[in-house]
Amino acid sequence: MTSSPLATYQPDQRALALIGGEATDANLRRYLHGIPGIDAVGLEARAADLGTRSIKTSSKRWAIDTIIGLIDLTTLEGSDTPGKVRSLVAKALVPDPNDPGCPRVAAVCVYGDMVGDAVAALGSAHAAGGTEGVNVAAVATAFPSGRAALAIKLADVRDAVAAGADEIDMVIDRGAFLAGRFGQVYDEIVAVKDACRRVDGSLAHLKVILETGELNTYDNVRRASWLAILAGGDFIKTSTGKVAPAATLPVTLSMLEVVRDWHRLTGVRIGVKPAGGIRTSKDAIKYLVTVGETVGEEWLTPHLFRFGASSLLNDVLLQRQKMTTGHYSGPDYVTID
Amino acid sequence: MNRLAIPKTYKLYIGGKFPRSESGRVYEVRSHQGDFLANAAKGSRKDARDAVVAARGALGGWAGATAYNRGQVLYRIAELLEGRRVQFVDEIMGCEGVNAAVANAQVDEAIDRWVWYAGWADKYVQVAGNANPVSGPFFNLSVPEPTGVVAIIAPQGNESLLGLVSAIAPALVAGNTVVVVANENAPLSAISLGEVLATSDVPGGVVNIVTGSPAEIAPWLASHADVNALDLVGAGELDWVELQISAADTLKRVLPPESGEDAAAPALSRILAFTELKTVWHTKALL
Repeated sequence: MTSSPLATYQPDQRALALIGGEATDANLRRYLHGIPGIDAVGLEARAADLGTRSIKTSSKRWAIDTIIGLIDLTTLEGSDTPGKVRSLVAKALVPDPNDPGCPRVAAVCVYGDMVGDAVAALGSAHAAGGTEGVNVAAVATAFPSGRAALAIKLADVRDAVAAGADEIDMVIDRGAFLAGRFGQVYDEIVAVKDACRRVDGSLAHLKVILETGELNTYDNVRRASWLAILAGGDFIKTSTGKVAPAATLPVTLSMLEVVRDWHRLTGVRIGVKPAGGIRTSKDAIKYLVTVGETVGEEWLTPHLFRFGASSLLNDVLLQRQKMTTGHYSGPDYVTID
Repeated sequence: MNRLAIPKTYKLYIGGKFPRSESGRVYEVRSHQGDFLANAAKGSRKDARDAVVAARGALGGWAGATAYNRGQVLYRIAELLEGRRVQFVDEIMGCEGVNAAVANAQVDEAIDRWVWYAGWADKYVQVAGNANPVSGPFFNLSVPEPTGVVAIIAPQGNESLLGLVSAIAPALVAGNTVVVVANENAPLSAISLGEVLATSDVPGGVVNIVTGSPAEIAPWLASHADVNALDLVGAGELDWVELQISAADTLKRVLPPESGEDAAAPALSRILAFTELKTVWHTKALL
């Protein structure tokens, strides 16, 4: 499939070629509404079926370490302090102090004004987009509501990038999307992507949060996924974690299908990040199965798949301790966060 | 004409709900004469794990309730036991092969014991706590507080209801939450007690009842890092020294097995066995 002529296009031209013209509301609506609808019952049945796989012993051990390496350890509270960010970073670097063999998480995810603290706390362990160490992700663009003027959203992004954020988690304007102003959503993503440019010309990784809990239908999730990818998002992310329902398995499955189709069409791999509501390793393993069965195991790297989570890590660590020691562990043996 | 018998398949009591065993297993409960009585769930280590999670979740509310309130809730259970007396008598006669008078006496004793322990809820602190004399202008107060999650191997001998009540009631008085592995051969009283608790005012998760094999489940509870204390009162037939050793890894309080006529006899010491003494200093007002 990668021999498609689309694969040879520049990214921005590729989107225009697909849409069949400029990214106007009308062209985008024609394109996005031309995407086949989702069989909701079939999707949920498929997701439920993938959730029934039994992952045991050595596979479970592998899954648990993989999950830890895919976590964006997150704190997004109004009450975040530099001290809390430092302790989050400490946990990201050494999730289980009793076991030096425990892998590090992929990134810490904080508000934009906390990026400096996170970078300072990471010190030499800051991966800065590389594979060794831990990245810093910042939520931006008037997270979580996204209700601010474009100039403010862009300043938010530039601030975070200048402070050293390697990844930007932006929210789309759900109001504009639901009102059918697809062109506005598209242009915003393009503008934010441009604001991710660092002084040296390289780009911070852009994750586009669809906030699927506010999009109401699976069809909308699919359209928003296409829109975000067309506009140049490197990752599509389910939710902010501030709206219920947050990430669900069917929603993530439908986004993975879009990513799979995009890869077939263009040869480009887009990442997926379910965030919010994934609290147990059992749930997280279901997501691993879904990724493996939908887009393939090569997606199970931090560059292409992440879990946005805070309490998930503790549950995974409890499971890990159980597998290491042979007896059940308890919340007294992991950090409070 | 005989009515068609409806053989029952009972479930566990975990977190205020009645789930099937995660393992899907059941075992047959037979009467003293060997007749089939019912199927009971054969709990697994994962059921025990779920029960501990439920008990941990319920601990804050139960330990934080006022002593007076805990006492009221426990009294209420005694009332409900009285209301279900006929069912308990039937089950005891079936499981233990005793006559109605003996079974009635056991139910009487169990209810009396429950009331006795309920009465201690707002009194034991006065007896076990103290205002300690210190050489300075300070109040120095010692008060007992609940240990936390208590795992109990219920007595496995005769007197299934009385043994169960004698084991769980003292742990509940102080505000501990309980995971109890029921009498393996005579689990029906435990299952019915679960139904009593579910309709009483006891919050879900305060008492969790797992039926099945103590030999299979006990080691997992003994080594479980989130269990704070282990009551081996009914573990006499198990390798309980081994259980004590694994309990020591996480510094659990452990009560040894008891047997004989006065096993788990009602005593203040059983309540205090699962409490921790907290001592606080507070300045005296100088005026």
